[in-house]
Amino acid sequence: MEIVLAIAIGVLTACGVWLLLRPRTYQVIMGLCLLSYGVNLFIFSTGRLALDSEPVLIPGVLETLQNYTDPMPQALVLTAIVIGFAMTALFLVVLLAQRGFWGNDHVDGQGDAE
Amino acid sequence: MTWSPYALIEAVMPHLSIAPILLPLLTACVLLFLSEHRLRTKTAVSLAAALLNLILAVLLFQWTARGDAQGTYSVYLPSNWDVPFGIVLVLDRLSALMLLLVGVIGLMALLFAVARWHKAGAHFHPLFQIQLMGLNGAFLTGDLFNLFVFFEVMLAASYGLLLHGSGPARVKAGLHYLSVNLVASSLFLVGAAMIYGVVGTLNMADLAAKIPQVSAIDRPLLHAGCAILGVAFLTKAAMWPLNFWLVPAYSSASAPSGAIFALLTKVGVYVLLRLSTLWFSPQAGESAGFGSAWLVWGGMATLAFGALGMLASQRPARLAGYAVIVSSGTLMAMIGLGRPEVTAAALYYLPTSTFAIAAFFLLTELMDRSRSADPGVQRRPEDEEDHLPFALADLDLQPGSNLDDDEELLIGQPIPASIALLGLAFICCTLLVAGLPPLSGFVGKFAMLSALLSTPETGGTLTAVTWTLLGLVVLSGLFAMIALSRTGIRFFWAPVGRKAPVLNSVEYLPVAVLVGLCVFFTVRAEPLMRYARDTAQVLYQPQGYIDAVLKTQPRATPTNAERMGAPAPQVLP
Repeated sequence: MEIVLAIAIGVLTACGVWLLLRPRTYQVIMGLCLLSYGVNLFIFSTGRLALDSEPVLIPGVLETLQNYTDPMPQALVLTAIVIGFAMTALFLVVLLAQRGFWGNDHVDGQGDAE
Repeated sequence: MTWSPYALIEAVMPHLSIAPILLPLLTACVLLFLSEHRLRTKTAVSLAAALLNLILAVLLFQWTARGDAQGTYSVYLPSNWDVPFGIVLVLDRLSALMLLLVGVIGLMALLFAVARWHKAGAHFHPLFQIQLMGLNGAFLTGDLFNLFVFFEVMLAASYGLLLHGSGPARVKAGLHYLSVNLVASSLFLVGAAMIYGVVGTLNMADLAAKIPQVSAIDRPLLHAGCAILGVAFLTKAAMWPLNFWLVPAYSSASAPSGAIFALLTKVGVYVLLRLSTLWFSPQAGESAGFGSAWLVWGGMATLAFGALGMLASQRPARLAGYAVIVSSGTLMAMIGLGRPEVTAAALYYLPTSTFAIAAFFLLTELMDRSRSADPGVQRRPEDEEDHLPFALADLDLQPGSNLDDDEELLIGQPIPASIALLGLAFICCTLLVAGLPPLSGFVGKFAMLSALLSTPETGGTLTAVTWTLLGLVVLSGLFAMIALSRTGIRFFWAPVGRKAPVLNSVEYLPVAVLVGLCVFFTVRAEPLMRYARDTAQVLYQPQGYIDAVLKTQPRATPTNAERMGAPAPQVLP
């Protein structure tokens, strides 16, 4: 399972970085989205991967990470998702404003690239 | 016991340290409910809140300053959880100093904006208050993830403020600024997650206590996490080569936003200083001094880049942007050396250089506007591209203009008061940014250089690093002086037959106050240096901070009293 998650994070991040370096604003926003997915999965994985274990304490079960999954990264990733989502929305607004002002979707406002 | 304001502060003290976060947040909420048509009310509320914020910062500053050299800490548990688990707010000498900086520059920038800029778009006042909240929160928090949240609050508001006034140049610069900061935030998250994965805590003091115990196998992973986290802060603190976004963004922002942005880079510097002294102190075992060489050399590269950039730029706003980079580079290199006496001098230099740059940002707007005497004409940023060689058109001599051989026209031609005032403020800013006597920029640089040159630990021999840094600081001062006097000549001396600009006193007041504060820093250099020295001394003994945070107990409440072994407080029926 670890290898699958590691590959997924790697692929998402690699695609994100590649798209981020492209000249079109739409590609940049997609890159930022993919990058934030990769980062969110990464945060999730720092709590160690566990099958069929829950973060909420059950009476009578010993309170160690053998029996539970770490709730902290889940709380962190929730915050990160919310903030990332808001920032993506804001980026979309700026992207549209840029398109309106310059009449093209180049990040520098110059339509002559490609 | 006689009544004193200290007794009052003492009575509300652990709680007062959350006020700098709550006040701007609540003000922003109130401001959102007022419609844009009631601008006068909004302005009054916003100004009152900014003034109160400054008063709070002064009170907290005095509270920390009156403690002995061992350091005074106020630890506040906002959610009343046990220490390593909940969020903590920690107020110490360094955070109090930064809060004071936010209070002063916040009020001054707002005052400047009230003259005209707040009408340039919607929701200026709420955004401004949220910006203050993010800054205050970042300086107060003692938790790594909470720091991320306040960083995002601060950045979200800064995106809004950067775009305030709109226009193609701002939107373009804003898009770049947004992308860079979103990537930096991703790196922040990755770094924080890696550190949590290794150490298992996000409380800064708890991390400082546990980092020495990390096993040798996990230590490279911890260092990688810290390095990734560091990249995020260095992007914010504008270290070369991560600072390419700064000058276009800051120089296209409106003047009050530019003044407040001068603080944003200082957040990066603050976090670097805070975390490097806490986590990589000599007690940190294998991790002691991690990354300090990067900080020194990176800071020097930043300093060189900023100095060259100043020489290469023509527009005053771009000059101010490069001055931010120079100031930040100087601070990073000085902090990276990890010597308390050098850091003390840097802590004296930090507020005065920030005031000077903020004043310069405000002044650039007045200077730009002075080029057309009609105050109604707003020059658009896209008209202000850097053309080389500068302003040849401006230098064309008109018939009848005075030259050295023909001095008759000079006689009896008074300098208009507004030009004289602008020129005076510009000269003061030049002296401060370049670090020339008699103002505090010189005192700060002199203190840093003399601290650099006194090397008790190496037995009197100076290393190559010290010499390079010394040379760079002196050279950057020279470059700044050349660039700024060239701009001064172009704006104040070269134009002939121009009408005197209209100077609004509300707009000139913040510039005068900020410059006046730097004069105050010069006059009262000794007590301020003593404060900086005590602050640095406390910073380099992190055990006090760690103990203060980790020994704080939550209050006994009906829900946690039994667990804490205390009798449950009586709950009224």
